[in-house]
Amino acid sequence: MLGNSNLSSNGFLGLSNKHWTFVFLAITLVLALFKGIFPEGLTRPPESLVFPFADWINFFFVFIRDDLGLIHVSRAISGGVEWLLDITANLLYGKHRWPRIGPIPWSAIAATAFVLGYSLGGWRLSLISGGTFIWIAVMGQWKWAMETLSVIIVATPISVLIGLIFGTLAWRSKIFERILNPILNVAQTMPHFAYMIPVVVFIGVGPKAGAIVTVIFAVPPMIRMTLLGLKSVPPEVIEGGKMAGSTGWQLLRFVRVPSARTEILIGVNQVIMQCLAMVVLASFIGMPGLGQKLLQLLQSLKIGKSVEIGISIVLIAITLDRCTQAWAKRQPIHFPKGTSIFLRHKFFFSWLVLFVLFVVLGKFIPILEEVKRNQALSISAPIEVGVDWLVITLDPVTQWIRWFLITWILIPLRNFYLWVPFTAVLALLACIGFRIGGVRSALICTIFFALIAISGWWDRTMITVYTVTVAVIIAAIIGFPMGVFASFGDRSSKTILLICDTLQTFPSFIYLIPVVMLFGVNDVAVIGAVVLFAAVPLTRYTIEGLRNVDPQIIEASQMSGATKYQTLFKARLPMAIPTIMVGVNQSVMFSLFMVIIAAFIGTQDLGQEMQRALSFTDVGKGLVLGLIVSFIGLMVDHLIMTWSYSRKKALGIN
Amino acid sequence: MTESKTVISCSNIWKLFGRNPEGYLQGIPDDTPYEKIAEDGYIAAVRQVSLDITEGEMIVIMGLSGSGKSTLVRCFARLLDITRGNIWVDGEDIGKMSENQLIQLRRKKMGMVFQNFGLLPHRTVLNNVAFPLEMRGQGVHERRERAMEMIDLVGLGGREDYYPRELSGGQQQRVGIARSLAIEPDIWFLDEPFSALDPLIRREMQDEFLRLQEMLNKTIVFITHDFDEALRLADRIAIMKDGAIEQCDTPDQIVLKPATEYVSKFTLEIEKARVVHAKGMLQATRSPEGSVANFSILGEKTIQELARTLVNEEFEFYPVEDSDGQNLGFLNRQEALELLIGPNNAG
Repeated sequence: MLGNSNLSSNGFLGLSNKHWTFVFLAITLVLALFKGIFPEGLTRPPESLVFPFADWINFFFVFIRDDLGLIHVSRAISGGVEWLLDITANLLYGKHRWPRIGPIPWSAIAATAFVLGYSLGGWRLSLISGGTFIWIAVMGQWKWAMETLSVIIVATPISVLIGLIFGTLAWRSKIFERILNPILNVAQTMPHFAYMIPVVVFIGVGPKAGAIVTVIFAVPPMIRMTLLGLKSVPPEVIEGGKMAGSTGWQLLRFVRVPSARTEILIGVNQVIMQCLAMVVLASFIGMPGLGQKLLQLLQSLKIGKSVEIGISIVLIAITLDRCTQAWAKRQPIHFPKGTSIFLRHKFFFSWLVLFVLFVVLGKFIPILEEVKRNQALSISAPIEVGVDWLVITLDPVTQWIRWFLITWILIPLRNFYLWVPFTAVLALLACIGFRIGGVRSALICTIFFALIAISGWWDRTMITVYTVTVAVIIAAIIGFPMGVFASFGDRSSKTILLICDTLQTFPSFIYLIPVVMLFGVNDVAVIGAVVLFAAVPLTRYTIEGLRNVDPQIIEASQMSGATKYQTLFKARLPMAIPTIMVGVNQSVMFSLFMVIIAAFIGTQDLGQEMQRALSFTDVGKGLVLGLIVSFIGLMVDHLIMTWSYSRKKALGIN
Repeated sequence: MTESKTVISCSNIWKLFGRNPEGYLQGIPDDTPYEKIAEDGYIAAVRQVSLDITEGEMIVIMGLSGSGKSTLVRCFARLLDITRGNIWVDGEDIGKMSENQLIQLRRKKMGMVFQNFGLLPHRTVLNNVAFPLEMRGQGVHERRERAMEMIDLVGLGGREDYYPRELSGGQQQRVGIARSLAIEPDIWFLDEPFSALDPLIRREMQDEFLRLQEMLNKTIVFITHDFDEALRLADRIAIMKDGAIEQCDTPDQIVLKPATEYVSKFTLEIEKARVVHAKGMLQATRSPEGSVANFSILGEKTIQELARTLVNEEFEFYPVEDSDGQNLGFLNRQEALELLIGPNNAG
């Protein structure tokens, strides 16, 4: 539209966004209400419109795997990864591979964790980190936990390195950044399973496949944080480096990367948390460890044992998260003159002493070397008793909730979603797009959904969308008031925020334990898991939004004589809404992830098909399904973030 | 005094920010006003600046925020490339230098101090100061020794193992100063070095800075938005507005004869007698008509400092001498008194 800039300011094709909104709303209503008189092709995407995307992708994959010989490359890579995995496996749980010096006694590893925790965050952290490993050993889960950790130890540095390299390249080249950005967007919204299928095709199953899928999954956030870190180095620091006569390489090596330390370490933290989440899920492709145990136990409904494993995973998550966060926040500190080398490196030396001590002690006191099966404690019996009692006591309530949800909400809503003609959905999206962001948003939304329509998975998509809608609404009903009430007090805000932060570090798989416990294996359990998972970001952002309102605005409204609730509704909430919407956005993303993961306890949506694609290693189908989920996510993300941004601008925040 | 040498020279330089500054600049005449350029979507950070800076001189570039002063000094160091014109440093056109030559120039001749210090947070004071030496590949011991010397010079001895975060703002800026001096630069750029400090510390740092300058006698380009600071430190002041230099002259001349209305706004509130020196008000080198004092006064003194003499010794003219006893000219008592107490316009 060159040359008619006057026209475009009046809107698309001369009509304002408002007009277009009404036009598309009318089209939506007509298409939906008079569905009967329109041809069938406007209701459901006709077969002739469906493109065999999956076949094309499969054809492409076969081509690069066999004809281009990529299988040899991937074999070579997986060989290297396997070699690294064997080293950690030998050291951590004594797998009979080179260097054949393991296993390190559990007590020595627990002591390592203890000293590490103490050096990073003092007593509290040392108790968490040391305690985690003692718990794991005492509960007899040592080998599984070490299987899981050995993969994380290998995958994390590889992901960090790849992320650093790509992040730096993207920072250096605008074009590369432009190409990378949409890929990262899709990658960060694709469900975990979509990554697994191609890996199974190229690598196979087992620990090395688990490690590689973990690396692939964990790289995108590292790229993002590296790029962000490099961009946010203060210009004067860089100019200072330049004036010191640094060459381009010196500037990167000595000035930019060290100054971006905090962001890069936050990237490392995210990598580790992603690794943990993925390693646990990689049990679906034969990755041994805690995840596999949990999967087996959940499938056979052994609640007590799964809770034990769940606690271990949660403890590992908290330890890894807190330690890396403390590392990221740590500031350098100087030692007074004349401090001896032992004091300067007191943590290193005390670790060395403890480590050697426990290795030696292990030779004499076997239980410090290995806790045998028959020596392990178990709390599964009391847990099962407790859970049984709880389930029986709550049964009338849970039964009623199930009945109510299924008959009055789930089934009607689901039928409604399936009833709406796909053309009406497209028109509605255009209407919303025009309302929020003009013609660009309208195009983005309709194109994403049009692609879904011609992929042949329309009904499954609508079921997924319906599950997510229900879950997010319930999550909002729970999370929003909780956030509002927590935000009234300083202490309650802090406590709830801490809880939310901790809950967010848990691998998504964990959320299935309590719902399976309460509801068994069915639709309501899936919704329950999604609701739990999605309520966390909602609560969190509600608190943050309400707490971060400029105190002067609150004081001004108080001085105008507003009551607590008037202040809330007239001043704080309107200012906090853009931030709360960011929480809604995250909650939708989390729901999408969770819906797919929860599929193995029984749904009929995209997740179920994804599971099938995984068991048949159907790359094409898996990727198409993954992209559909990604498109739904990206569309919602675009709409909410556009709205939130323009709202913030209108309110003059940031 | 030896023949003064020009260290930095620039003629008609421009720096525009925008989509296609070179192309745009070619299409407009030199006298296009700032507002017109802004309307066309460009920011004229530096406009038509010509300046010669001589060896050992301290030139202060003064302007309000957005006047282009920081951009100008970054052009001198070629942290920014200018859109048009040439800048010569020691006779070499820095615009034509290769990346490598430029790095060598910065490693050997230039030092810069920044408003927000620009220190590396992960390095100790010592390693920050030694950083430029490390970049040019000096050995560990040599650079340590030199850095320690600089740290002592700025009065931070004993704190070399501290991290920037552990120091106050004033101390951090001392580190910045030490770092910029580590390579013994000939040219010293200071970009609002004291603006981020609170007023008491600022005063102290200015004294410290004058002490250093007395010892080192560098060619200095000093940026500030503080007119008092400029008057206190400068050999010459260049006042900038909208990217152009309004006036460039000695503090005496700026106060006595502001060239534009904009400049005179700054001088309005200034107590002139405290600023103007006897040598800045010289009338003629030959003795004019009227009574002449039988003693001479020192040209370096301000009118305020001479107030007692002016009131007690009733001569029409006083001979003015420099510190070597060389006669510079004569000071008119009436003019000096008017500067001291204001012109007689009452009633």
